[in-house]
Amino acid sequence: MSFLNGLTILLIYQLVGEVTVLYLELAVPGPVMGMILLFVTLLIRHKTPESLDTAASTLLSHLSLLFIPAGVGMMVHFERIGNEWLPISIAIILSAVITFVATALIMLGCNRLLGKSGGHDAH
Amino acid sequence: MPTETSDLSTIWVYLAASPLVGLTITMVAYSLAYRLYVWANHSPLLNPVATSVITLIAFLMLTDTSYEAYFEGGQFVHFLLGPATVALAIPLYQQFSKLKKVWLPVTIAILSGVTIGALSSVYIARLFGASLQTQLSLAPKSVTAPVAMGISEKIGGLPSLTAVLVVITGILGATFGTKILALLGINDDSIKGIAMGVTAHGIGTARAFHVSAEMGAFSGLAMALSAFTTAVILPWLITVLGL
Repeated sequence: MSFLNGLTILLIYQLVGEVTVLYLELAVPGPVMGMILLFVTLLIRHKTPESLDTAASTLLSHLSLLFIPAGVGMMVHFERIGNEWLPISIAIILSAVITFVATALIMLGCNRLLGKSGGHDAH
Repeated sequence: MPTETSDLSTIWVYLAASPLVGLTITMVAYSLAYRLYVWANHSPLLNPVATSVITLIAFLMLTDTSYEAYFEGGQFVHFLLGPATVALAIPLYQQFSKLKKVWLPVTIAILSGVTIGALSSVYIARLFGASLQTQLSLAPKSVTAPVAMGISEKIGGLPSLTAVLVVITGILGATFGTKILALLGINDDSIKGIAMGVTAHGIGTARAFHVSAEMGAFSGLAMALSAFTTAVILPWLITVLGL
Protein backbone atom coordinates (compact mmCIF):
# COMPACT_ATOMS: atom_id res chain seq x y z
CA MET A 1 0.00 0.00 0.00
CA SER A 2 2.93 2.24 0.82
CA PHE A 3 4.04 2.53 -2.82
CA LEU A 4 0.49 3.26 -4.02
CA ASN A 5 -0.03 5.99 -1.41
CA GLY A 6 3.25 7.58 -2.40
CA LEU A 7 2.43 7.40 -6.09
CA THR A 8 -0.96 8.96 -5.40
CA ILE A 9 0.71 11.91 -3.64
CA LEU A 10 3.06 12.35 -6.64
CA LEU A 11 0.12 12.28 -9.07
CA ILE A 12 -1.82 14.81 -6.99
CA TYR A 13 1.16 17.20 -7.00
CA GLN A 14 1.62 16.71 -10.74
CA LEU A 15 -2.08 17.47 -11.28
CA VAL A 16 -1.97 20.56 -9.07
CA GLY A 17 1.21 21.60 -10.93
CA GLU A 18 -0.51 21.23 -14.32
CA VAL A 19 -3.55 23.19 -13.16
CA THR A 20 -1.39 25.98 -11.66
CA VAL A 21 0.62 26.31 -14.87
CA LEU A 22 -2.48 26.42 -17.05
CA TYR A 23 -4.32 28.79 -14.74
CA LEU A 24 -1.45 31.25 -14.33
CA GLU A 25 -0.32 30.76 -17.96
CA LEU A 26 3.26 30.02 -16.88
CA ALA A 27 5.96 28.82 -19.29
CA VAL A 28 7.04 26.08 -16.83
CA PRO A 29 5.93 22.49 -17.55
CA GLY A 30 3.38 21.05 -15.11
CA PRO A 31 5.55 18.28 -13.57
CA VAL A 32 8.31 20.83 -12.79
CA MET A 33 5.76 23.03 -11.03
CA GLY A 34 4.54 19.93 -9.16
CA MET A 35 8.11 19.22 -8.07
CA ILE A 36 8.56 22.77 -6.78
CA LEU A 37 5.27 22.62 -4.86
CA LEU A 38 6.19 19.27 -3.30
CA PHE A 39 9.64 20.58 -2.39
CA VAL A 40 8.11 23.60 -0.65
CA THR A 41 5.66 21.34 1.17
CA LEU A 42 8.52 19.16 2.44
CA LEU A 43 10.45 22.22 3.58
CA ILE A 44 7.43 23.39 5.58
CA ARG A 45 6.60 19.95 7.04
CA HIS A 46 10.24 19.11 7.82
CA LYS A 47 9.86 15.40 7.02
CA THR A 48 9.12 13.02 4.15
CA PRO A 49 6.27 10.52 4.68
CA GLU A 50 7.57 6.96 4.32
CA SER A 51 5.16 6.12 1.51
CA LEU A 52 6.40 9.06 -0.52
CA ASP A 53 9.98 8.01 0.08
CA THR A 54 9.19 4.48 -1.13
CA ALA A 55 7.41 5.63 -4.29
CA ALA A 56 10.07 8.20 -5.14
CA SER A 57 13.04 5.87 -4.70
CA THR A 58 11.28 3.13 -6.70
CA LEU A 59 10.57 5.51 -9.59
CA LEU A 60 13.99 7.17 -9.48
CA SER A 61 16.01 3.96 -9.17
CA HIS A 62 14.81 2.91 -12.63
CA LEU A 63 14.59 6.32 -14.19
CA SER A 64 16.35 5.00 -17.31
CA LEU A 65 13.41 2.71 -18.11
CA LEU A 66 11.09 5.69 -18.47
CA PHE A 67 13.12 7.17 -21.35
CA ILE A 68 12.91 4.07 -23.54
CA PRO A 69 9.58 4.71 -25.34
CA ALA A 70 10.76 8.22 -26.28
CA GLY A 71 14.09 6.82 -27.50
CA VAL A 72 12.36 4.26 -29.71
CA GLY A 73 10.73 7.28 -31.39
CA MET A 74 14.00 7.59 -33.27
CA MET A 75 12.55 5.20 -35.86
CA VAL A 76 9.99 7.83 -36.89
CA HIS A 77 12.79 10.31 -37.59
CA PHE A 78 15.17 8.04 -39.49
CA GLU A 79 14.74 10.10 -42.66
CA ARG A 80 15.45 13.49 -41.06
CA ILE A 81 18.29 12.06 -39.02
CA GLY A 82 19.65 10.40 -42.17
CA ASN A 83 19.57 13.70 -44.09
CA GLU A 84 21.00 15.80 -41.28
CA TRP A 85 23.10 13.24 -39.46
CA LEU A 86 26.30 15.30 -39.69
CA PRO A 87 25.11 18.58 -38.14
CA ILE A 88 23.01 16.67 -35.58
CA SER A 89 25.90 14.44 -34.48
CA ILE A 90 28.44 17.26 -34.32
CA ALA A 91 26.01 19.54 -32.47
CA ILE A 92 25.05 16.88 -29.92
CA ILE A 93 28.57 15.64 -29.23
CA LEU A 94 30.33 19.02 -29.16
CA SER A 95 27.57 20.73 -27.24
CA ALA A 96 27.41 17.92 -24.66
CA VAL A 97 31.17 18.12 -24.09
CA ILE A 98 31.12 21.93 -23.94
CA THR A 99 28.17 21.99 -21.52
CA PHE A 100 29.72 19.32 -19.31
CA VAL A 101 33.16 20.91 -19.10
CA ALA A 102 31.87 24.48 -18.82
CA THR A 103 29.42 23.65 -16.02
CA ALA A 104 32.06 21.73 -14.05
CA LEU A 105 34.75 24.41 -14.49
CA ILE A 106 32.39 27.27 -13.63
CA MET A 107 31.31 25.51 -10.45
CA LEU A 108 34.93 24.69 -9.58
CA GLY A 109 35.90 28.32 -10.19
CA CYS A 110 33.05 29.62 -8.02
CA ASN A 111 34.00 27.18 -5.23
CA ARG A 112 37.60 28.40 -5.32
CA LEU A 113 36.57 32.07 -5.42
CA LEU A 114 34.32 31.55 -2.42
CA GLY A 115 36.99 29.53 -0.66
CA LYS A 116 35.12 26.23 -0.50
CA SER A 117 37.02 23.69 -2.51
CA GLY A 118 35.33 20.32 -1.93
CA GLY A 119 35.90 19.23 1.64
CA HIS A 120 39.21 20.84 2.63
CA ASP A 121 39.00 24.48 3.62
CA ALA A 122 41.92 26.70 2.69
CA HIS A 123 42.44 28.62 5.91
CA MET B 1 -13.72 -20.24 -37.68
CA PRO B 2 -10.04 -19.46 -38.00
CA THR B 3 -8.34 -21.20 -40.87
CA GLU B 4 -4.98 -22.84 -40.33
CA THR B 5 -2.85 -20.12 -41.93
CA SER B 6 -4.62 -17.21 -40.30
CA ASP B 7 -4.35 -18.57 -36.76
CA LEU B 8 -1.10 -17.01 -35.65
CA SER B 9 -1.28 -13.97 -37.85
CA THR B 10 -4.82 -13.21 -36.62
CA ILE B 11 -3.60 -13.41 -33.06
CA TRP B 12 -0.67 -11.13 -33.95
CA VAL B 13 -2.90 -8.60 -35.70
CA TYR B 14 -5.16 -8.55 -32.65
CA LEU B 15 -2.30 -8.29 -30.16
CA ALA B 16 -0.28 -5.75 -32.13
CA ALA B 17 -3.21 -3.34 -31.87
CA SER B 18 -3.43 -3.69 -28.08
CA PRO B 19 -1.14 -1.92 -25.59
CA LEU B 20 -0.10 -5.25 -24.08
CA VAL B 21 2.64 -6.00 -26.61
CA GLY B 22 4.27 -2.56 -26.55
CA LEU B 23 4.31 -2.47 -22.77
CA THR B 24 5.59 -6.03 -22.37
CA ILE B 25 8.43 -5.73 -24.89
CA THR B 26 9.53 -2.47 -23.25
CA MET B 27 9.75 -4.17 -19.86
CA VAL B 28 11.43 -7.30 -21.26
CA ALA B 29 13.97 -5.28 -23.27
CA TYR B 30 14.80 -3.15 -20.23
CA SER B 31 15.16 -6.04 -17.78
CA LEU B 32 17.48 -7.86 -20.22
CA ALA B 33 19.44 -4.67 -20.92
CA TYR B 34 19.69 -3.95 -17.20
CA ARG B 35 20.95 -7.46 -16.47
CA LEU B 36 23.58 -7.03 -19.16
CA TYR B 37 24.57 -3.68 -17.62
CA VAL B 38 24.91 -5.20 -14.13
CA TRP B 39 26.76 -8.21 -15.56
CA ALA B 40 29.27 -5.80 -17.15
CA ASN B 41 29.87 -4.09 -13.78
CA HIS B 42 27.79 -1.02 -14.74
CA SER B 43 30.02 -0.27 -17.71
CA PRO B 44 28.69 3.00 -19.14
CA LEU B 45 29.27 1.62 -22.64
CA LEU B 46 26.36 -0.78 -22.13
CA ASN B 47 23.92 1.94 -21.05
CA PRO B 48 20.57 0.15 -20.61
CA VAL B 49 18.62 2.87 -22.44
CA ALA B 50 20.85 2.55 -25.51
CA THR B 51 20.76 -1.25 -25.66
CA SER B 52 16.97 -1.37 -25.04
CA VAL B 53 16.21 1.24 -27.69
CA ILE B 54 18.35 -0.53 -30.30
CA THR B 55 16.80 -3.94 -29.50
CA LEU B 56 13.25 -2.56 -29.60
CA ILE B 57 13.74 -0.70 -32.90
CA ALA B 58 15.21 -3.85 -34.46
CA PHE B 59 12.26 -5.90 -33.16
CA LEU B 60 9.66 -3.42 -34.41
CA MET B 61 11.25 -3.21 -37.84
CA LEU B 62 11.55 -6.98 -38.17
CA THR B 63 7.89 -7.46 -37.22
CA ASP B 64 6.85 -4.50 -39.39
CA THR B 65 5.18 -2.79 -36.41
CA SER B 66 4.70 0.98 -36.48
CA TYR B 67 5.91 3.29 -33.71
CA GLU B 68 2.29 4.41 -33.15
CA ALA B 69 1.23 0.80 -32.48
CA TYR B 70 4.21 0.32 -30.14
CA PHE B 71 3.52 3.57 -28.30
CA GLU B 72 -0.02 2.39 -27.45
CA GLY B 73 1.77 0.32 -24.82
CA GLY B 74 4.93 2.39 -24.42
CA GLN B 75 2.90 5.40 -23.30
CA PHE B 76 2.26 3.80 -19.91
CA VAL B 77 5.97 3.78 -19.19
CA HIS B 78 6.46 7.19 -20.83
CA PHE B 79 3.71 8.66 -18.66
CA LEU B 80 5.62 7.86 -15.47
CA LEU B 81 8.23 10.50 -16.43
CA GLY B 82 5.75 13.05 -15.02
CA PRO B 83 5.47 11.59 -11.49
CA ALA B 84 9.22 10.83 -11.60
CA THR B 85 9.92 14.52 -12.24
CA VAL B 86 7.73 15.43 -9.24
CA ALA B 87 9.55 12.75 -7.19
CA LEU B 88 12.84 14.64 -7.67
CA ALA B 89 11.62 16.94 -4.90
CA ILE B 90 12.51 14.20 -2.39
CA PRO B 91 16.28 13.79 -3.03
CA LEU B 92 16.36 17.55 -3.42
CA TYR B 93 14.85 17.97 0.04
CA GLN B 94 17.09 15.29 1.58
CA GLN B 95 20.24 17.01 0.27
CA PHE B 96 18.97 20.47 1.13
CA SER B 97 21.33 21.01 4.07
CA LYS B 98 24.32 20.19 1.84
CA LEU B 99 22.89 22.30 -0.93
CA LYS B 100 22.38 25.39 1.22
CA LYS B 101 26.14 25.62 1.73
CA VAL B 102 26.88 25.68 -1.99
CA TRP B 103 23.77 27.38 -3.37
CA LEU B 104 25.68 30.25 -4.99
CA PRO B 105 28.20 28.21 -7.04
CA VAL B 106 25.39 25.76 -7.90
CA THR B 107 23.08 28.52 -9.11
CA ILE B 108 25.79 30.21 -11.18
CA ALA B 109 26.96 26.88 -12.67
CA ILE B 110 23.44 25.80 -13.59
CA LEU B 111 22.42 29.15 -15.10
CA SER B 112 25.54 29.34 -17.26
CA GLY B 113 25.48 25.62 -18.09
CA VAL B 114 21.89 25.80 -19.31
CA THR B 115 22.57 28.85 -21.49
CA ILE B 116 25.81 27.45 -22.91
CA GLY B 117 24.18 24.07 -23.58
CA ALA B 118 21.19 25.44 -25.45
CA LEU B 119 23.02 28.08 -27.51
CA SER B 120 26.01 25.89 -28.40
CA SER B 121 23.75 23.18 -29.83
CA VAL B 122 21.72 25.65 -31.89
CA TYR B 123 24.73 27.52 -33.29
CA ILE B 124 26.82 24.40 -34.00
CA ALA B 125 23.88 22.76 -35.80
CA ARG B 126 23.35 25.96 -37.80
CA LEU B 127 27.04 26.19 -38.69
CA PHE B 128 26.92 22.68 -40.14
CA GLY B 129 23.74 23.32 -42.11
CA ALA B 130 20.90 21.80 -40.07
CA SER B 131 17.37 22.99 -40.88
CA LEU B 132 15.78 25.55 -38.55
CA GLN B 133 13.33 23.01 -37.17
CA THR B 134 16.18 20.64 -36.30
CA GLN B 135 18.13 23.49 -34.63
CA LEU B 136 15.13 24.41 -32.49
CA SER B 137 14.49 20.75 -31.64
CA LEU B 138 18.11 20.52 -30.46
CA ALA B 139 17.94 23.55 -28.15
CA PRO B 140 16.35 21.80 -25.11
CA LYS B 141 18.31 18.55 -25.62
CA SER B 142 19.88 18.57 -22.13
CA VAL B 143 16.55 18.78 -20.33
CA THR B 144 14.57 15.79 -19.09
CA ALA B 145 12.22 14.42 -21.79
CA PRO B 146 8.73 15.56 -20.72
CA VAL B 147 9.96 19.10 -20.06
CA ALA B 148 12.10 19.24 -23.21
CA MET B 149 9.15 18.15 -25.35
CA GLY B 150 7.02 20.93 -23.87
CA ILE B 151 9.73 23.52 -24.52
CA SER B 152 10.36 22.24 -28.06
CA GLU B 153 6.71 22.65 -28.93
CA LYS B 154 6.69 26.19 -27.54
CA ILE B 155 9.73 27.37 -29.55
CA GLY B 156 8.75 25.71 -32.84
CA GLY B 157 10.74 22.46 -32.80
CA LEU B 158 9.44 18.91 -33.23
CA PRO B 159 8.65 17.46 -29.76
CA SER B 160 9.13 13.83 -30.84
CA LEU B 161 12.50 14.62 -32.47
CA THR B 162 13.50 16.51 -29.31
CA ALA B 163 12.66 13.42 -27.22
CA VAL B 164 15.06 11.35 -29.32
CA LEU B 165 17.84 13.99 -29.14
CA VAL B 166 17.30 14.19 -25.37
CA VAL B 167 17.79 10.45 -25.02
CA ILE B 168 20.92 10.45 -27.22
CA THR B 169 22.40 13.38 -25.26
CA GLY B 170 21.63 11.61 -21.99
CA ILE B 171 23.31 8.41 -23.14
CA LEU B 172 26.40 10.31 -24.34
CA GLY B 173 26.68 12.27 -21.10
CA ALA B 174 26.17 9.16 -18.95
CA THR B 175 28.71 7.20 -20.99
CA PHE B 176 31.55 9.69 -21.28
CA GLY B 177 30.83 12.36 -18.65
CA THR B 178 32.75 10.93 -15.71
CA LYS B 179 35.71 10.09 -17.97
CA ILE B 180 35.95 13.66 -19.27
CA LEU B 181 35.95 15.07 -15.74
CA ALA B 182 38.54 12.52 -14.63
CA LEU B 183 40.76 13.80 -17.47
CA LEU B 184 40.31 17.33 -16.12
CA GLY B 185 41.25 16.06 -12.67
CA ILE B 186 37.87 16.91 -11.12
CA ASN B 187 36.95 14.39 -8.40
CA ASP B 188 34.47 16.34 -6.31
CA ASP B 189 31.16 14.41 -6.39
CA SER B 190 29.08 17.56 -6.02
CA ILE B 191 30.71 19.17 -9.09
CA LYS B 192 30.50 15.94 -11.10
CA GLY B 193 26.83 15.61 -10.15
CA ILE B 194 25.95 19.17 -11.14
CA ALA B 195 27.69 18.86 -14.54
CA MET B 196 26.00 15.50 -15.13
CA GLY B 197 22.52 16.74 -14.29
CA VAL B 198 22.83 19.90 -16.39
CA THR B 199 24.13 17.97 -19.42
CA ALA B 200 22.53 14.55 -19.26
CA HIS B 201 19.32 14.96 -17.17
CA GLY B 202 17.68 11.73 -15.92
CA ILE B 203 19.82 9.25 -17.83
CA GLY B 204 22.94 10.91 -16.44
CA THR B 205 21.36 11.03 -12.99
CA ALA B 206 20.65 7.28 -13.11
CA ARG B 207 24.34 6.82 -13.95
CA ALA B 208 25.41 9.26 -11.19
CA PHE B 209 23.56 7.23 -8.54
CA HIS B 210 25.77 4.29 -9.51
CA VAL B 211 28.87 6.37 -8.74
CA SER B 212 27.73 7.68 -5.35
CA ALA B 213 24.59 8.83 -3.53
CA GLU B 214 26.03 12.34 -3.29
CA MET B 215 26.72 12.59 -7.02
CA GLY B 216 23.22 11.21 -7.69
CA ALA B 217 21.53 13.74 -5.46
CA PHE B 218 23.45 16.68 -6.94
CA SER B 219 22.75 15.40 -10.44
CA GLY B 220 19.05 15.08 -9.63
CA LEU B 221 19.09 18.58 -8.22
CA ALA B 222 20.84 19.99 -11.30
CA MET B 223 18.43 18.14 -13.56
CA ALA B 224 15.44 19.58 -11.72
CA LEU B 225 16.81 23.13 -11.58
CA SER B 226 17.99 23.13 -15.18
CA ALA B 227 14.60 21.83 -16.37
CA PHE B 228 13.00 24.72 -14.53
CA THR B 229 15.57 27.29 -15.71
CA THR B 230 15.49 26.16 -19.34
CA ALA B 231 11.68 26.21 -19.38
CA VAL B 232 11.77 29.83 -18.21
CA ILE B 233 14.70 31.31 -20.16
CA LEU B 234 14.90 29.36 -23.43
CA PRO B 235 11.71 30.70 -25.09
CA TRP B 236 12.86 34.19 -24.08
CA LEU B 237 16.44 33.64 -25.35
CA ILE B 238 15.15 32.37 -28.71
CA THR B 239 13.01 35.50 -29.13
CA VAL B 240 15.72 37.93 -28.01
CA LEU B 241 18.37 36.40 -30.26
CA GLY B 242 15.90 36.17 -33.14
CA LEU B 243 16.56 32.47 -33.76
